[in-house]
Amino acid sequence: MSEREREREKIVLFWLMQIEGIGPVKLRQCYEKTGSFACLYNIEEKEAMERKLFSETDWRHLQQAKKHFAEREESYHTLAERGIQFISFLDESYPKRLLFLHDRPAALFVRGKLPSEGASAAIVGARNCSLYGKSFTEYLARKLSEQGIQIVSGLAAGIDGAAHRGALEAGGETFGVLGCGITRCYPDENYPLYEAMLTQGGVISEYAPSVLPLAGNFPARNRIISGLADAILVMEAGERSGALITVEMALEQGKEIFALPGRATDRLSRGCNRLIQNGASILLTGEEVLDYFSLRYQKKLNVYEKNINRLAKPQKMLYSFLDSEPKCLEEIVKKTGMGVSTCVNALLELELQGYIRQTAGLFYRIQSQT
Amino acid sequence: MFCKTNSGQLVGIDGQMIQVEADVSDGLPSFEMVGYLAADVREAKERVQTALRNSGISLRPKRVMVNFSPANERKEGSYFDMAIAIAVLVAYAILPEGPFLKAAFFGELGLDGTIRGVKGILSLVLAAKRRGIARCFVPRANRREASMVEGIESVGVASLEELILILKGNREAEMLAQEGEIGQGERSLAGELDFSEVKGEAVLRRASEIAAAGQHNLLFIGPPGSGKTMVARRIPSILPLLSQEERLEVSQVYSVCGLLNEERPFVYERPFRSPHHSVTLQAMTGGGAVPKPGELSLASKGVLFLDELAEFQRGTLEVLRQPLEEGKIHVARVQGAFVFPADMMLVAATNPCPCGYYPDRNQCICSTRQVKRYLGKISKPLLDRIDIRVEAKPLRYEEAFGQERGESSAQIRARVEKARQRQRERFWGSAISVNGRMRAKDLKRYCQMDAAAERFLQRFFQEQPFHMRSYEKSLKVARTIADLQGEESIREEHIKEAIFYRRAASEYWGGGWL
Repeated sequence: MSEREREREKIVLFWLMQIEGIGPVKLRQCYEKTGSFACLYNIEEKEAMERKLFSETDWRHLQQAKKHFAEREESYHTLAERGIQFISFLDESYPKRLLFLHDRPAALFVRGKLPSEGASAAIVGARNCSLYGKSFTEYLARKLSEQGIQIVSGLAAGIDGAAHRGALEAGGETFGVLGCGITRCYPDENYPLYEAMLTQGGVISEYAPSVLPLAGNFPARNRIISGLADAILVMEAGERSGALITVEMALEQGKEIFALPGRATDRLSRGCNRLIQNGASILLTGEEVLDYFSLRYQKKLNVYEKNINRLAKPQKMLYSFLDSEPKCLEEIVKKTGMGVSTCVNALLELELQGYIRQTAGLFYRIQSQT
Repeated sequence: MFCKTNSGQLVGIDGQMIQVEADVSDGLPSFEMVGYLAADVREAKERVQTALRNSGISLRPKRVMVNFSPANERKEGSYFDMAIAIAVLVAYAILPEGPFLKAAFFGELGLDGTIRGVKGILSLVLAAKRRGIARCFVPRANRREASMVEGIESVGVASLEELILILKGNREAEMLAQEGEIGQGERSLAGELDFSEVKGEAVLRRASEIAAAGQHNLLFIGPPGSGKTMVARRIPSILPLLSQEERLEVSQVYSVCGLLNEERPFVYERPFRSPHHSVTLQAMTGGGAVPKPGELSLASKGVLFLDELAEFQRGTLEVLRQPLEEGKIHVARVQGAFVFPADMMLVAATNPCPCGYYPDRNQCICSTRQVKRYLGKISKPLLDRIDIRVEAKPLRYEEAFGQERGESSAQIRARVEKARQRQRERFWGSAISVNGRMRAKDLKRYCQMDAAAERFLQRFFQEQPFHMRSYEKSLKVARTIADLQGEESIREEHIKEAIFYRRAASEYWGGGWL
């Protein structure tokens, strides 16, 4: 196919993708039957029906959409100057991992880069996550990223954001798959992440730039998240979490699943615990994931301990009292029997030295940084 | 014949003395009142004439002229009735001229000649005292309130008849008018809220103690049922007792608002105001064509407790900024600009999110966005002015029903008073008396640190973003913590504790230090 022909194909594809009722599977079928998108524009009704290309409704939509074609074509040509790459499965750069999905996106809108063929892991989980989930996610993303593993997630609030953040902190590459047009950042509180990912990874969407973050878009984008990764890490998921949709798709795609265990009673860990029960690999330190990718961390990963020998006495006492389950000041004062002033002094010092962290008034140990 | 005597009116919360002059002469019968009068004053004409007739005095038809001076000030209120009646009676020569004309009369007349109580008598009597008047006649209902002002004799009269008897020199009537309990009475401690009823809550206690000792503003964040309100209500009980001067200042505001009565003629205890979160801006600052003090002023010298801080209208909260810095509030209205006292300690309580249970994710169902939006209603500038922020947590069963009793208010108050004493000595001769009111320029002078504290601050602000306001506020709180321990220079542990309280809960507002 010549360069010009391909360009023509892509323009028609861009137009087709924005027609109501025409999704990735239909596009794939049409292409397989006709061998070209460009011919779909001029195809006769009779022929289309005979070859069962479109249903009647779709045909009507197609005809109606023809009057927008010029408009779409124009907007296609502005994509480049808006920093958006439009990569169809006809392009060399289209991710190999996605090519074989039956419902692969016909094309992707990309800002930044697409994931390379090297190791990549998807980290998914609840939006309303707990502090435990959030801090463990950040830690894990950092560790994997340091080993050059690409981190894919959905740029949502909660676990997704933490995963991207961890990877960015470690200087690695991380990719966000959006459920809306690529120029939008939803939720907007993640805008700093979005911005950083343009240079350290990329953002990806199968939706045209003007598409709003509709609830229906999100489950569909999950197949891209799992599709772009070799392993899926589920950090925290309730029983009906969207993360479980990703897992389902990942299983269809034959990916490895890891789940972070939690307490049996925690609402946010039920999904994960269930996954483990059903045979998902258990995530304890992150080494499991490295093993899967046949990577070795130079030092042994240890999420539990930190050297506390150099701490003063009350600080040592407090540190050993705290764990990753957050505790509030009142409880700490009560249980340790130290005065409020002493506790407060020791906690501040521990936090300044990076032993513990405070979130929303609760104190908990930080996972070891080594 | 001509006669003049004294009365007064309220302007804002202060009394203003007004001279009432009456002249009775021959001519076409009439009763005229002049001197820039509002409707309620103009109507006094009818009340006075009828009350006189019903007290058994008939006025011959004459030309009567009553003037209020200074004539360029607007006169409002029903304080003048008594003075008008007396001036007219003397001008008619029904009452002989006497030294009583040098006294002041404040009170409203009923048509039957009874003398009714009025609002703001305290301010009026104070104004009379300032003018050098030695005696004033007030409604019987306001007598106890008026007698709180020392150095001026106040006579409480129930009716016009009784007043005339007294002025004619009837000793018996005068005795009656001065009978009864006067003076201050003592503050009764029985039935008051006490800290000993609060179980556990070591952190809230400590925070309250520091806040009370230095008059710092305080914020409690926590889920429902974590004792925020319970502790806040008890803060007045650990504040130092009001001095005589302060009592007068507080009572004046309450008097103007008509919140004093015979049973409670005076405010003995520190005020505790807790306006509902639907309160309007005007009710907060003081409002009306002629403004009346609002919640801020009613809480002056005491505690203004804003429960559910995040539910208040934004405008109502933002208006707190200036009073929190200056200790007074400026209210401008058609009738002029007024300055009301607002030297209160702000105690606020809020849930961390709409459902109240964040960050307990097993209970909280709010999204991160909801949590942010909820607390985002409390603006950063307002938050900046709240020096001590602490989290509250729900009580456990053992704590709630345990035998252990906490310290009583009196014990805590003893420490607070000691710390306040140190502050008074330190600030002797300057305009401030508590650490919470220190200005930036005072910090260098009054907040001496030892070397270790200085090193710590340096280290701290090298690692964390430095904000001048945070630095200053932490220093003030550290000063108070040192005062509570009776130490002259601020040590590292004091600074750390102060920074901790400022840092606490900052996570709710997007994290970051301070």
